Amino acid sequence: MEEHPAERGGKHPLMRMFLIGAIASAIGVAAGLAIDWFPTDATSSADEIDTLWDVLIIVSVPIFVLVMTVAIYSVIRFRARPGDKSDGAPIHGNARLEVIWVLVPTLIVASLAAYAWIVLDNVEAKKANELIVDVQGQQFTWTFDYPDPGGGAKPIKAAQQLWLPKDRPVYFRIHTKDVIHSFWVPQFRLKSDAVPGITTRVRVTPDKVGSYQVVCTELCGLGHATMRQTVRVVPPADFQAWARRGGKVGAGGAGAPAAGAAEGPQG
Amino acid sequence: MTIAARLLSPGWYRVLLAIPIGVGVAFAIVCGVRALYGWDPIVDGNAITTVGMISVPMAFLIGIGCFDYWFRWASGAPTVPEDHSGHGATRWQDYFRVNTDHKVIGIQYIVTTFVFFVIGGLLAMIMRAELAAPGEQFVDPNTFNGLFSVHASLMIFLFIIPVFAGIANYVLPLMIGAPDMAFPRLNALSYWMLPMAGILMIASFFAPGGAFATGWTAYAPLSTETPLGQTFFTIAVQFAGASSIATALNFLVTIITMRAPGMTFWRMPLLVWANFTTSLLVVIATPFIAGSQFMVLLDRALGTAFFNSAAGGDVIMYQHVFWFYSHPAVYIMMLPGFGIISEVISTNARKPVFGYRMMAFSLMAIVLLGFTVWAHHMFVSGMFSWLRVPMMLTTMLIAVPTGIKIFSWLATLWRGVIHLTTPMLFALGFITMFTLGGISGVVLAVIPVDIHVSDTYFVVAHIHYVLFGGSVFTIFAGIYHWFPKMTGRMYDETLGRAHFWMSFVFFNLTFGPMHLVGVDGMPRRVADYADEFATLNAIISISSFIFGLSFLIFLYNMIASWRFGPKAAANPWRAHTLEWQVSSPPPIFNFDEVPTVVGGPYEYGVPGAVHGVFKEPAKKPAEAVGAGASE
Repeated sequence: MEEHPAERGGKHPLMRMFLIGAIASAIGVAAGLAIDWFPTDATSSADEIDTLWDVLIIVSVPIFVLVMTVAIYSVIRFRARPGDKSDGAPIHGNARLEVIWVLVPTLIVASLAAYAWIVLDNVEAKKANELIVDVQGQQFTWTFDYPDPGGGAKPIKAAQQLWLPKDRPVYFRIHTKDVIHSFWVPQFRLKSDAVPGITTRVRVTPDKVGSYQVVCTELCGLGHATMRQTVRVVPPADFQAWARRGGKVGAGGAGAPAAGAAEGPQG
Repeated sequence: MTIAARLLSPGWYRVLLAIPIGVGVAFAIVCGVRALYGWDPIVDGNAITTVGMISVPMAFLIGIGCFDYWFRWASGAPTVPEDHSGHGATRWQDYFRVNTDHKVIGIQYIVTTFVFFVIGGLLAMIMRAELAAPGEQFVDPNTFNGLFSVHASLMIFLFIIPVFAGIANYVLPLMIGAPDMAFPRLNALSYWMLPMAGILMIASFFAPGGAFATGWTAYAPLSTETPLGQTFFTIAVQFAGASSIATALNFLVTIITMRAPGMTFWRMPLLVWANFTTSLLVVIATPFIAGSQFMVLLDRALGTAFFNSAAGGDVIMYQHVFWFYSHPAVYIMMLPGFGIISEVISTNARKPVFGYRMMAFSLMAIVLLGFTVWAHHMFVSGMFSWLRVPMMLTTMLIAVPTGIKIFSWLATLWRGVIHLTTPMLFALGFITMFTLGGISGVVLAVIPVDIHVSDTYFVVAHIHYVLFGGSVFTIFAGIYHWFPKMTGRMYDETLGRAHFWMSFVFFNLTFGPMHLVGVDGMPRRVADYADEFATLNAIISISSFIFGLSFLIFLYNMIASWRFGPKAAANPWRAHTLEWQVSSPPPIFNFDEVPTVVGGPYEYGVPGAVHGVFKEPAKKPAEAVGAGASE
């Protein structure tokens, strides 16, 4: 006798699904964490944000695996045999299950939101001894003003490259001369739009020497894709030397550009 | 008919007469005003084109006959309210005129929107060809910016939103036992406004300066400063928006007042619930995008300063107004699909939809919550920073009613009798990809992460997972599911399966890697990118071409089956809802006798349960060979 699909066998179907799901989740989480998602982390904030990302992977993979396990399992186990015109079990609902799948997701998202809020407060916190940099965006280039570069150097106007001393908190004040742009250094993680009529802000503490790029991330017209500028995070002494040169690149060259990146217009 | 008579009665001849009049009106208004004010030059091409974008489509709509009845009524001439002369289709020409039959209008919508889908898809193919390698190969940056702007605008306003309206237009009155929609003439006008919008958007490519190139989001002040092509967008949106609002009003009144006797709200199929809630979203939210584009238009054409910060304007205000619509818009683009999935899964698993009441409540919850999340599109915009965390919270909360739906559909599969028909395959594919897209949405809600991935390809990945893997997969599911009802013929199941698998695999190969390049630093809306992203972009582009080809299978299946497919039975899926209790295709006024609804719409597995009863059994044509159980 053909068994009815809705009663098809296998003891403890839930146990089997749970085991398959657990193994798949473990593999998925391992894969998700192993992938090198981000560019190098060059600020103190980047660590916290990258960790938050890892937590999101750890939470998301099992949820996706749960959905896929139930779906695939059901399709295999309850597949209609050819010519089967019967109906399935007339199950209209299950109050307990429905309460669970409202409460558990609510708890999960509430927890994630709380964690995210804490990270946000941390990465945006004001720090002491901030170096102020006024970022000027315009179609299609970035320039940088340093009202007080420190170390006795005079204020710098319209520097073509963004040089920053390692381990000193920076307070970017972001401006635009025309349309909306967006100031982003992927290695720093944080970004903010540059908005006509107001000043926006980003705070980071670069902690890794290297050469990066400012990438414009708000469509600003024809030259949006090429609106990039070099960022150099350098030891404090090199920064002071650059500042005393007036923010010019000077003899000795610009140093190694970021690997493979398209250079925007240079001064 | 004499030529004179043709020119005076509604139709394409009168359109040919009306359009030059529309052009003349634009000249008259602009040149008249400019002459009166003594402005030089009197003949200003930009101004005339701008006014023409309003007067010429209006002339078309008047010419084709959308307003005839109302003009006659308003002028006091005798009118016959029950005039059905414009109703129904017996030959192909009936699909190219003003028709009051919701079934004809539904098909007009579906075919028209798929034409725009193909055009939008071709624009994407050109984009992916350009992006296959770093550097400039095929199009210059300005053209590229126009490509993605028109691509998105066509897909959103001329495909996803109206195709759902079209499917519902066809199915919904049948599903509730009604002879038509509450306002058939308004329904016709809603349809005809749509090609006006689409043609305007495509015409922008021919404007001096090229197509609008500010994205479908058209942020000011970029959009207030660009050439004439932008104005085509601001006005096209008005026509598409008006079409959408009028249809939503029609659905609301139809659902509220025209349900068959015995069909309480709690006996309505979930497709009806979905369109009801979507229509609420449409009527409340759409005026905001109309307003945002009007403000841009006024800034451009009349020198107002809504978004001119030097003159006291507020740039971020644009984004608030725009996103107040455009976030609910994504639910407008998804909720009808949720309704379709409920129909397809219950029918193909032979089970009631699990948790029917919670499914209805979750739709309502999404509507309410959907109005409280818009600023998650603005986390890096420079808006007041205190708004971000509440918006993160509401955005994450909206995962809960959405999760309810996914879990309920899974529970509907459990202990069912599952038939893997093409609609069911698309429904299952939808569950997979919408879950992924929803997860990336929760990731995007997390502000510190969003700050990093905002305006990168991670967002492009997310939107395509929810809009294609989500919405478009439900559209395919719905088209296959109701194809026999609409055409009276059955589609080819083998081709349907091939379409599903090819699109599923290559969709994931196209949009999956975009998550990686986005997090790794590739911004969106760029005609070129850094060399480090070259390999993944090449893979994405090649996959996208094959993905694009998969659509040809669907197109062939639809056309060949419509012409030559085996005749379909009234109820090939053995479903309970009312549309399946009449012939395929249905009689001209749907029900020779209005049924009485006596039970729920998905009482599979309950012995003797019926949804609707007719006093006399509806005459069924003999079961066609190949129809019925489709394993």
